[in-house]
Amino acid sequence: MDLLRFSTAGSVDDGKSTLIGRLLFDSKNLFEDQLQAAERVTKRRGQEGVDLALVTDGLRAEREQGITIDVAYRYFATPRRKFIIADTPGHIQYTRNMVTGASMTSLAVVLVDVRNGVVEQTCRHAFISSLLGIRHLVVAVNKMDLVDHSEEAFRKVEDEMDAFASRLDVAAITYIPISALHGDNVVTRSKHMPWYEGPSMLYHLENVRVGSDLNTTDARFPVQYVIRPQTKEHHDFRGYAGRVSGGVFRPGDRVRVLPSGFESTVESVQSAGRNLEEAFAPLSVVMQLADDIDISRGDLICKPGNQPEPSQDLDVMLCWFSGAKPLKRGAKLVARHTTREVQCLVEELTYTVDVNTLHRNEEVSELRMNDIGRVKVRTSEPLCVDAYRRSRATGSLILVDPFTHETVGAGMVRG
Amino acid sequence: MRHSFRLDHLEHLESEGIYVLREVAAQFERPVILFSGGKDSMVVVHLARKAFWPAKPPFPLVHIDTGHNFRETIEFRDALVKDWGLELVVGSVQESIDQGRVQEETGPNASRNWLQSVTLLDTIEAHSIDCAVGGARRDEEKARAKERFFSHRNAFGQWDPKNQRPELWDLFNGRKAPGEHFRVFPLSNWTEMDIWMYVRREEIRLPSLYFAHERPVFERKGMLLAVTDFIEPRASETVRTETVRFRTIGDATCTAAVPSTAADLDSVIAEVAAARMTERGGRVDDRRSETAMEDRKREGYF
Repeated sequence: MDLLRFSTAGSVDDGKSTLIGRLLFDSKNLFEDQLQAAERVTKRRGQEGVDLALVTDGLRAEREQGITIDVAYRYFATPRRKFIIADTPGHIQYTRNMVTGASMTSLAVVLVDVRNGVVEQTCRHAFISSLLGIRHLVVAVNKMDLVDHSEEAFRKVEDEMDAFASRLDVAAITYIPISALHGDNVVTRSKHMPWYEGPSMLYHLENVRVGSDLNTTDARFPVQYVIRPQTKEHHDFRGYAGRVSGGVFRPGDRVRVLPSGFESTVESVQSAGRNLEEAFAPLSVVMQLADDIDISRGDLICKPGNQPEPSQDLDVMLCWFSGAKPLKRGAKLVARHTTREVQCLVEELTYTVDVNTLHRNEEVSELRMNDIGRVKVRTSEPLCVDAYRRSRATGSLILVDPFTHETVGAGMVRG
Repeated sequence: MRHSFRLDHLEHLESEGIYVLREVAAQFERPVILFSGGKDSMVVVHLARKAFWPAKPPFPLVHIDTGHNFRETIEFRDALVKDWGLELVVGSVQESIDQGRVQEETGPNASRNWLQSVTLLDTIEAHSIDCAVGGARRDEEKARAKERFFSHRNAFGQWDPKNQRPELWDLFNGRKAPGEHFRVFPLSNWTEMDIWMYVRREEIRLPSLYFAHERPVFERKGMLLAVTDFIEPRASETVRTETVRFRTIGDATCTAAVPSTAADLDSVIAEVAAARMTERGGRVDDRRSETAMEDRKREGYF
C-alpha cells in the first residue's frame, strides 16, 4: 500500500483536532474504547455529544487546558492509502512544532476559520510549509456551517490566500470548504454546498500525486555505519550501511566518495544478505565497493559528474528554537548534517523574515525563539551539501548547543 | 526490476526502522534493546538482525522480569537468545522488592506493572546503559502519540513531555550529559496492523500466546484474565475454560485475553482488521486513569 505523510496546522480554535477526529471517525479508524473514553470525558465536563478533540489531545496538560501542546502523530488507512499525520499545534512554540511536524511530510493541511479568514498564523503556516519544501498545500476552510455554507465567504478566503501564496514556492494549493464538526466535505461530499465541485478532503488525500517529489537523479548515500563482522565466516566482509537519500545505485556503478574524492565501483547492494539489483531512496541498504578504500561514518557516496562540492561556508535559512539563548553573530555550535557532526561558527546574520508579511529585516542583531532568518555559517570541516530545494536530506542540518545538547536550530541550505 | 521507484508502506517502515537502529549503534556507547517477548519487541530484534547483517546486532537484550510471566513468554525468550546467539540481561522486579527498592501492591488488583520502572532504571544504571531501544508505537496510546524517535531522559530517568527536543527530518540528536540516557523507538510510525502484516511477510516467530488456545479464564471489569499463580479469582468470579488469544503480552496480572479462534497469522490479521477496540483496551494498567500511560512514562516506564 502507498504511504502519504502529511501535516496539519491551524490557529487556536480552528477545529484542527476536530477535523482529525472526524477523519479518523468517518473513515472508521477510531476504535470503540477511544470513542467511549472521549464520550465519558465530554459528559463529565457537562458538554454534549463527543468532543473528538479529546481523542487526539493526549497529555495531561493538554486535556486540562483544552489545547494541543506538542506535535502528535496519528495513523489511519483506507483501502487506497496509509496515512501518517503530524498534527502541529498553532500557538506555543509554533515554529518549532510546525517545522518538526512538517519536516518529513510531503503535503500540508492548513486550517482556516471561514469567519476570520486568512490571519497571521495562516500566513506563517503557509510560509513555513513552502520553506520546508512542501509542494502541496491544502487549505481547509472550516466552520462553513457557521456562515450558512456561503460560497462568497469561501471565495473570499481563497482570494486572500492566493494573494499571499503568490509570493511563495508552492506547486499546488487546493481549497476545500468543510465543516469538521458536522463532517461536511471531510470524508464524503456535502449536500449543503452544491456550488462546490471539488473533492472531499479524504478523496483528495487519497488521490493526490506526490510521487514526483522523489529525487531519482542525484545519487546520494551518506554512510551511517561500517559493518565488519570479523567472524570466521565473513572474515573480509566490509559493508557500508546507510539509507539512500537520492538517485539510484546499482552493482557496477562507478562511485565517488566524499570528502576524500576516491573512486571505486559498486560491487554489491544488499539488504540483510540479499543482493538487490538497485537501491533508491529511501531504502536502507548495505553497499560493498570493489576497492579497499578508507570510508567511515559521515562520508558521502555519490557519482562522478554529479556531486555536491565540499564546502566550509554555508548560506542557510535558519529556524531558531531556543528561548533561553537568542542566536548572535560569533556563536559556536555543533552542526549535524546527514551522518556527520562538525563544529560551526555563525559568521553573519543576514536578515530575518517577518513570517506574516514576508518582509525582510536587515537590521538584525539576533535571532530569537521562533525567528526565521538567513545566516552564514563556517564549519570546522567541509560538508557535502546540496541546495535544500534539490535534495532535502543533503540540504538540511540541525544546530545543537554544545553545552545543553539541545537542538536549537534547523537549517536549510540556500541555492 | 522495479521502474516506478516506489516502496510500499511496509518497506518504508522497515527502512526507517533500520535507519534508526543504525543511528543508535553509531551514536551511543552502550545501547540495549528492551525485550518483552511481545510482537513489537520481536519486530525490533528482527530489524536489528537485518540492519547489521552479516554481523550480529551490536545490542544485548534487556528483559525486565516482573516475575509474573506467562510460562510461554520465558520459554520463547530463552530459545530465541540461544538460537540467535544474543546476549540477555534480566532485570528482576522480585529483586527490587527483596532489596526494598519498591513496595509491592496488595489486594485483588495488585500488579507489579508500575514497579517495573524502578527495576528498569536500576538496570540502566547498573549496566551504564546510555540508550534503551523499545518497541513502543505512537498509535498504541495517546501519550505515546507525542513521543519522539530519540526521546531524552534526564538523570532521574524522567520524560518531560512538555519540553521535548524538536526532531527534524531524520537528523537524530542523541547528545546528552553524563548520567542521562535515551529511549529510542524505531517502530514509532507502525500500527498494530503494520506489525502483523510485517510479521507475516518476514515470517517472524512469535510466542504461542498470540494465537488461539484453550485456557482457564475469569471475567473482571469486562476483561478476561487468565488464571495464573499470580492472580486469584475472587469468590464471586467464576473460572471457565475458553478459547482465547492475547493481543498484547505483558505482565500476566494485567494483560487481558480476548475470545478468539484465530489460530494462525491470516486469521489474526483478519481479526485485527475487524477489531473495534484498540489492543491496549485489554490492558488493566492503562485504565487506572485518563493519563495513566503519561504518568508512568514520566517516571521512567517503557
